[in-house]
Amino acid sequence: MTLSLVRAINEALRGALADDPKVVLMGEDIGKLGGVFRATEGLQKDFGEHRVLDTPLAESGIVGTAIGLALRGHRPVVEIQFDGFVFPAYDQIVTQLAKMRARSGGRLGLPVVIRIPYGGGIGAVEHHSESPEALFAHVPGLRVVSPSCASDAYWMLRQAIDCDDPVIFLEPKRRYYEKEPVDTTAPAATLHSVRVVRPGRDMTLVGYGPTVRTCLDAAAAAEEDGVSLEVLDLRSLSPIDFDGIEASVRRTGRLSVVHEAPVFFGAGAEIAARISERCFHHLEAPVLRVGGYHMPYPAGRMERDYLPDLDRVLDAAERTLAY
Amino acid sequence: MVQLLTPDGERVPHPDYELDPTPGELRGLYRDMVLARAADGEGVTLQRQGELALWPSLLGQEAAQIGSARALRDDDHVFPSYRDHGVALCRGLDPLHVFRLFRGVTHGGWDPADHNFHLYTLVIGSQVLHATGYAMGVAAEDAGTAVAVYFGDGATSQGDVSEAFNFAAVYNAPIVFFCQNNQWAISAGNERQSRVPLFRRSAGFGFPGVRVDGNDVLACLAVTRAALARARSGAGPMLIEAFTYRMGAHTTADDASRYRDPVEVEEWRGKDPIARLGLHLRTTGLADDEFFARTDREGADLAADLRASVRGMPDPGLADAFGRTYGSEHPLVAEELAWFREYSASFVAAEEG
Ligand SMILES: Cc1ncc(C[n+]2csc(CCOP(=O)(O)OP(=O)(O)O)c2C)c(N)n1
Repeated sequence: MTLSLVRAINEALRGALADDPKVVLMGEDIGKLGGVFRATEGLQKDFGEHRVLDTPLAESGIVGTAIGLALRGHRPVVEIQFDGFVFPAYDQIVTQLAKMRARSGGRLGLPVVIRIPYGGGIGAVEHHSESPEALFAHVPGLRVVSPSCASDAYWMLRQAIDCDDPVIFLEPKRRYYEKEPVDTTAPAATLHSVRVVRPGRDMTLVGYGPTVRTCLDAAAAAEEDGVSLEVLDLRSLSPIDFDGIEASVRRTGRLSVVHEAPVFFGAGAEIAARISERCFHHLEAPVLRVGGYHMPYPAGRMERDYLPDLDRVLDAAERTLAY
Repeated sequence: MVQLLTPDGERVPHPDYELDPTPGELRGLYRDMVLARAADGEGVTLQRQGELALWPSLLGQEAAQIGSARALRDDDHVFPSYRDHGVALCRGLDPLHVFRLFRGVTHGGWDPADHNFHLYTLVIGSQVLHATGYAMGVAAEDAGTAVAVYFGDGATSQGDVSEAFNFAAVYNAPIVFFCQNNQWAISAGNERQSRVPLFRRSAGFGFPGVRVDGNDVLACLAVTRAALARARSGAGPMLIEAFTYRMGAHTTADDASRYRDPVEVEEWRGKDPIARLGLHLRTTGLADDEFFARTDREGADLAADLRASVRGMPDPGLADAFGRTYGSEHPLVAEELAWFREYSASFVAAEEG
């Protein structure tokens, strides 16, 4: 069936609720309203208020009680309304959710999924456009993933809910309404693997979430100038499939990483460091990063200049290829 | 629930909260509410026309905002939420600041010191702690002023708000917690946030709480005035729950018909705060047709001015934003700004070349 990314999320949640009576959804406005993006539309009606919880307005409370529910054998899937509002829950996520398994000598796994619509490009007001992935990927004990398309949204969410560790599930909100055919009978890939979304010869571009589309557009534009860019969808930020990236870079000899989050201490830095170690003798140029600047996400009327776009990606490609 | 003016526009006495406004003050409160509604309505319209990114409407909450804000002295300090355009107006803030914020030109942009009016806060509940700390500072300096903080019913669920109540009580801070209970936090009704009436929350922290008719501008004025006087006198914090109703959707991005009964909205239309005071002014002969016509005209003029200014607003440049991240030189920011300038210039050069 052909689904938009947000509809694929809905289908995945529906499937998980139907398949496992221990799955519960929690969040603000997710029940009667169906979520501010309608990701949970119809689910409370079909599964009841005890499976789809409209919670009080308290993120720390939501994640804290999700931890308790998980300790009791449930599999909570939490919705945070917008990226900028996860921070009241950050304490629970970092000090409790991430560490419980280690603290319990490996005994207590917490199968909690935290879904966060993230990223900019929708002209929103403050706190509605952020990319906090590095703040989670830096924390041992959390798995961090981000689909870029409807198929991955469906399957990665199913896999995340099945996972016995906590998963931060970042949804690229500006891609919510992009549609594609989704095969709901079998997954195409495992949760943490890199996917080659466009093969190419001259250089590798790594994106994830909202920037995969940007990289694909850049690759299409570059082709007109006779430059062949390979595009990888990272899909997972913790763990990262470095083998998958390495295999590509060994072929192309060049790499840029593209994300919306600020470049400083971002995912691109980790990828650049590891790939430089692994592929030192194969690299023809330093690994470049394209991303946000070192400032709070700007007001909506400035975001076009802030977000990495096709031109910024091509600029990085040009600089890399000039070596 | 404290009430001084019934929905039929009739004055009723209250043993604890007296108010003896002059006819001029009454007309002033009416005018403030009309202007607030006019500016707010223009916000909704401009959003629909694509001029603003979002607009959270205050429709229905004019009395709660104007009544409480007119109780403040100039030297009191206010911490608003994001729907408090009426309070902003009373503080003397140029309404264009608020329009810039919701257009996506700034994240705040005004100087809180100009009108003792802090920036809007979008993260629910955060400002309640800031206001409490500010009030602790006021108390430490024995400044003799008070702090007022505005927040919604949904915000009371946040830990930050409970923590603020406790800090305020422990440090006997001169603060008034003004909760506009408009009964909805997006789609979540009151029963989703609390099993006790909100004004009772304060008792457990050791300070008084009172519920006031939030659509009665006189009651809001009288109760807030008393709470501020109490705070200034050193008697500590007080919670006011203004019981009102959000007549519009949560914001222009929301569709309230998905979760609430239109009958409820109709019912509250009958308690309209502006109509109520208008009725009182008419039946008592304190205002004539000329006054009402003039006030409506003022509202329309304000809306027209706002419309013209917003439509002509230039977009800001990202280059200016770099320098606002830190108070002094930061090498990374300087490096990125230099790169950004060079990169932007390359497009201009390409176009000209
Ligand atoms: C920490 C946080 N979580 C979630 C949101 C999203 N959100 C914006 S307004 C709102 C409801 C607020 O309700 P209430 O406090 O009653 O104020 P009202 O909007 O009714 O004035 C929510 C959940 C937010 N802004 N901040």
